[in-house]
Amino acid sequence: MLKAEHITVRYGEHTVVDDLSFSLQEGQWLMLVGPNGAGKSTLIEAIAQGVPYTGSMALCGRDIRRIRPAQLAQQLGVLSQRNTVGYAYTVAEVVSLGRYAYTTGIFSRQDKDGQAQVEQALALTGLTELRHASVLTLSGGELQRVFLAQVFAQNPRLLILDEPANHLDLVYQKHIFSLIAQWLRQPGRAVLSVVHDLSLAKRYGTHAVLMDQGRCAAQGDISTVLTPEALQQVYSLDVYAWMNEMLSQWKKP
Amino acid sequence: MHKLAERFSWKTYVLFTLALLAAMVLSICLGSVSIPLGDTLTALWNTLWGLEIPAGISRNIILNVRLPRVINVALAGAALSLCGAAMQGLLRNPLADGSTLGVSSGASLGAVIALALGITIPGASFGGTMLMAMGFAFLSLLLILSLAYALDRSLATSSIILIGVIFSMFASSLINLIISFSPENIKSVTFWTMGSLSGTNYSHAGILTLALLICGGVILRCARELNAFAIGEDNARHIGVNVRRVKLIILASVSILIGVSVSIAGTIGFVGLVMPHMARLLTGPNHQRLLPASMFSGAIFLLLADLASRTLLSPVELPIGVVTSLVGAAAFIVILYRTRKAR
Repeated sequence: MLKAEHITVRYGEHTVVDDLSFSLQEGQWLMLVGPNGAGKSTLIEAIAQGVPYTGSMALCGRDIRRIRPAQLAQQLGVLSQRNTVGYAYTVAEVVSLGRYAYTTGIFSRQDKDGQAQVEQALALTGLTELRHASVLTLSGGELQRVFLAQVFAQNPRLLILDEPANHLDLVYQKHIFSLIAQWLRQPGRAVLSVVHDLSLAKRYGTHAVLMDQGRCAAQGDISTVLTPEALQQVYSLDVYAWMNEMLSQWKKP
Repeated sequence: MHKLAERFSWKTYVLFTLALLAAMVLSICLGSVSIPLGDTLTALWNTLWGLEIPAGISRNIILNVRLPRVINVALAGAALSLCGAAMQGLLRNPLADGSTLGVSSGASLGAVIALALGITIPGASFGGTMLMAMGFAFLSLLLILSLAYALDRSLATSSIILIGVIFSMFASSLINLIISFSPENIKSVTFWTMGSLSGTNYSHAGILTLALLICGGVILRCARELNAFAIGEDNARHIGVNVRRVKLIILASVSILIGVSVSIAGTIGFVGLVMPHMARLLTGPNHQRLLPASMFSGAIFLLLADLASRTLLSPVELPIGVVTSLVGAAAFIVILYRTRKAR
């Protein structure tokens, strides 16, 4: 579905993503993992055509640079990490904007499925009750769910999520990750997400790209990427020992 | 605030229209010479249907002095307020308006140069000034966008605001320099710093109407894109807005509207900044409702400001910008405190 080859992103002299290639097939959930500053969010912005890059990227066989923004938004939904709203829009107004890409033509402003998709997205993310609330009054977690609902309303084939568990408490983390897993079960869909919590990555991901200083340290099936050796090398920490130590605190007395 | 926004419907537009008409009629009736309401309505009604105006009614004052001025004031108010609302949404900055971009100062600079050098167009007394104002508004926009692009290829709004403010100061100092060297050629310094609509005629109104129909129409058509920008530029791109193209279209429309208004009315501050905030209290931030409401409230506010400028110290006429700034600044502080406290 998505094939990226030799992607390089530079900010001035500084190379943030360095010659990275990967591919993503239908039904896969690709986890981008790696320490802070590894270039994960920049790579996601490059896929979303938000930063200039060299190399090539193809979405369903088409050069992504040649796809018009509205067409691209019908294929690719992005949930970014920093979502803030300055004006008092209602939850429903923000979620409805997810349908923008379907109503851009001069003669095609009617979006038959639109309202149903918006209602479904609100219901899935537990926001139906809050639909008339101003987004300025919401907590960080609620706002994150609003933007997730917007991406669901957008109904793309490929979901790109930058830290979807950001600001979410444990209950909503579980809820949202299960929702995305359920969303992925429909044929013709795929998910690419940046996740810091390696347990979540291991639990929900099918594949992974482990990034280190802009480069790909390992990639492939999730179980072959998140190995003790690879993680220790990238994080300079015995990740497995640390995870086990954390878990051991929860043993029943 | 939200209850008001939920109740906003076509009835609100009817109320706005009635309030606008009332403000227009009031503005025609009151002034250095007061005209009875009945006379004003009769003159307007009869002119509308091509009937004879009865003797004893001050036809000249109503139809040739006050009506064209009132129409120009309403149109300029609507245009400035619409531009302010669009800029506040586009740049996601509640302190933005037409002047934030530097276009307003650029337009003034063009007009002042035209007056200082005596640039005119045969057959149209104000043609030279207007063309120079529009040309400079557009050139300012090009310069600001090119500088912003050179600074940051993605045309980030923060770069545009920064360069706009710097350019605005630069243009203002050039205006003062030109005025101080050739004071006899410039009809009034206060006109370019505080604005005035005295002496405007139906030709001015025609040009303002045309600009408002075309550029205002484009801006109104971009209401959904403005909502997306107001939520966030990245979010706008993610949902499929052609960010760069829409930004350029809106900025060009705003600069043309500002250029035309400045060339006719001079620089009138605070309307574009304050009136969209007032309208937002009524409609909420959704631009599909906010843009028309801003136009109505801008027109009504400028009519009342113009009326105050003509009548408060009559027969002395205050520059309209003095009134808008005095009222606008006070209103702005009240709004700021109320909205911040409500959060």
